[in-house]
Amino acid sequence: MNWHATPKEQQINMKRLLAFIKKEFYHVFRDKRTLLILFGLPIAQIILFGFALSSEVKNIGIAFQDNSHDIHTEKIIAKIQSSSYFNVENPILNYKDIENRFKDGSIKCAVIFSSNFGSDLQRPGGAKIQVIADASDPNTATIVTNYLTAIVNDYQQQLNPTAKLNYQIIPELRQLYNEQQNGSLNFIPGVIALIFMIVSTALTSVSVVREKELGTMEILLVSPFKPIMVLIAKAIPYLVLSLINFILILFLSVYLLHVEIKGSFLLLFAESILFIITCLSLGLLISNVTDSQQTAMLISMMGMMLPTLILTGFMFPLENMPWIFRVISHAVPSRYYYSIVKSVMLKGLGFEFVWKETLILAGMAAFLLTIALKKFKIRLS
Amino acid sequence: MMVTLKLVCTEKFFGQNNSFMSAVTLKNCIKKYGDFVAVDDVSFEVQKGELFGLIGPDGAGKTSVFRILTTLLLADSGTAIVEGHDVVKEFQEIRNKVGYMPGKFSLYQDLTVQENLEFFATIFGTTIEENYELIKDIYDQIKPFSNRRAGKLSGGMKQKLALCCALIHKPEVLFLDEPTTGVDVVSRSEFWQMLIKLKEQKITIVVSTPYMDEAKLCDRIALMQNGKIMSVDEPKNIIKSFPKTLFAAKAKNIYKLLQDFRTDKEIESCDAFGEFIHITLISEDANEERVKEIAKKYNPENFKVKIIEPTIEDTFIRLMREQNNLGELKEIVNGK
Repeated sequence: MNWHATPKEQQINMKRLLAFIKKEFYHVFRDKRTLLILFGLPIAQIILFGFALSSEVKNIGIAFQDNSHDIHTEKIIAKIQSSSYFNVENPILNYKDIENRFKDGSIKCAVIFSSNFGSDLQRPGGAKIQVIADASDPNTATIVTNYLTAIVNDYQQQLNPTAKLNYQIIPELRQLYNEQQNGSLNFIPGVIALIFMIVSTALTSVSVVREKELGTMEILLVSPFKPIMVLIAKAIPYLVLSLINFILILFLSVYLLHVEIKGSFLLLFAESILFIITCLSLGLLISNVTDSQQTAMLISMMGMMLPTLILTGFMFPLENMPWIFRVISHAVPSRYYYSIVKSVMLKGLGFEFVWKETLILAGMAAFLLTIALKKFKIRLS
Repeated sequence: MMVTLKLVCTEKFFGQNNSFMSAVTLKNCIKKYGDFVAVDDVSFEVQKGELFGLIGPDGAGKTSVFRILTTLLLADSGTAIVEGHDVVKEFQEIRNKVGYMPGKFSLYQDLTVQENLEFFATIFGTTIEENYELIKDIYDQIKPFSNRRAGKLSGGMKQKLALCCALIHKPEVLFLDEPTTGVDVVSRSEFWQMLIKLKEQKITIVVSTPYMDEAKLCDRIALMQNGKIMSVDEPKNIIKSFPKTLFAAKAKNIYKLLQDFRTDKEIESCDAFGEFIHITLISEDANEERVKEIAKKYNPENFKVKIIEPTIEDTFIRLMREQNNLGELKEIVNGK
């Protein structure tokens, strides 16, 4: 690039850049599909993850077989009934009935009280409750049995509040950073990273490749417009659109999902710009090596979105993965961004806690951008 | 033998001329894609202000030559100079000066006519007003549609708009790669009228086309086939160079006549041209009577024959055949 341009040349260059950016916005706002991906997708994802795809277990179908019918069984059943986790179904008639109802899925859990439950309770051997849970989904089964155990223990505590065991240890539990167990908190950073990958990487690479397919790239190359400027002019509109998207997601998170932004908004914004630049560089890099919109789309989806979904820790915990995946995950930029957003937005931490991730991300951005600019073809082949 | 021939050619092209006089100079250019030779030792020169045509069928290598000249493609060997600038070292200077309309150029479909033109004007560092005179004749025809999206224009309209976009910065050399392919006959002839008018503005125009009838509208043409230039000259000289008397014959069953003539020993060449077949004889002193006598052997119904002026296409086919024979001969010599 000629840095020693005269003021008049600079003015013309600026005009060129603005004309190009204006043209890019025309492309975006006149294509319904792009608009849908750009603004429909974040909204759909927020709503999906926020309301539909919840990992909390609620409204579990439960049925009782009460062979004792005394005051204690009635009280325990009433306690379970009043909990919002369970939906009490019709009582169980016999053992065969349990199996049938597990099979048709109307209940996930069955509770059977032994006969003479109340009188057994007074004896040294104690009374017995059988809890049968559908473990075809092991997570749900574990949660269900935990709930029930807690309720039964609680009742026992009520029965003889004075009875104290020696050397009792009482764990005081606190769920830090998310006291209400709001499931939205975990996925919002992930959704933001995912949206940036789609908008900045996929849409950018597709928009460059479209110029190649149309033949307009040849015209742009055979013009006074510097080849590097083509890349810059392509990147700027998508940077702006990504930031609009970012604000849209934050807005939805705060007002729709009631997630609080604990850290500095400015820091979050700056980190996001850094991550968008990384994604844009990736997109431009992809557009350099592909010649059709389909290929560009496929590479950005397969090569970028899947790792973002799987290897950032937002869907599946990274710690539980085989070492090879953990090693690979270090090369996924969204992993670092995800961790930064979590720290700043949810924990309210400052820059001193995320400088390491920021540095890695900045290094990646610089590396990818250099390659993208260097590899950009100033000719056709 | 080959070496001397090449030397003579080179001298003829580059010897007496000052290279600054010519707008485009291509010298011994070779471009290979793997084993396929797309441009095979091509040399030609275009004078300033000339309307130069590159004529050849699909796959002849025209687009590759255009891309080399517009700095989009690097030749494997040879040199190319446009307006005094080398296409490799001074590509940016060339890009500032030339206009280029690629073969598959279709503008931005989702931008209107006006927006497309404004965009390209700005990119080339000018405005529509500044060079309006140059495009006025062409633009007036598409002006009623200036708010229509380019994707909704007809093929002919698209070409006119594309030409406007390539012209908007008053280029010194205009490269048009198959601008009339896929365009209807009326629009094609309109398009060529525009090119002839542009020539008056002292713009050098290099145009490629697979249509032989468009060739005669150029000042000079290069006939291209299989990556090689077969001949470069004015259209009338190329027609003049046809060495034989050419006959056009007609009969009720034209296909049978073609089959019969092809097996006849006295007939040198015989090709179908619409409802006629064009014939040359092996003997030098050929006349209509001789052709009628040959035809008698096959008893064609309603047989008619007359002497005609050869066209560019006749010359092209003849040169192509010679090139192919030469190729076969070479293969025989090489023992293949």
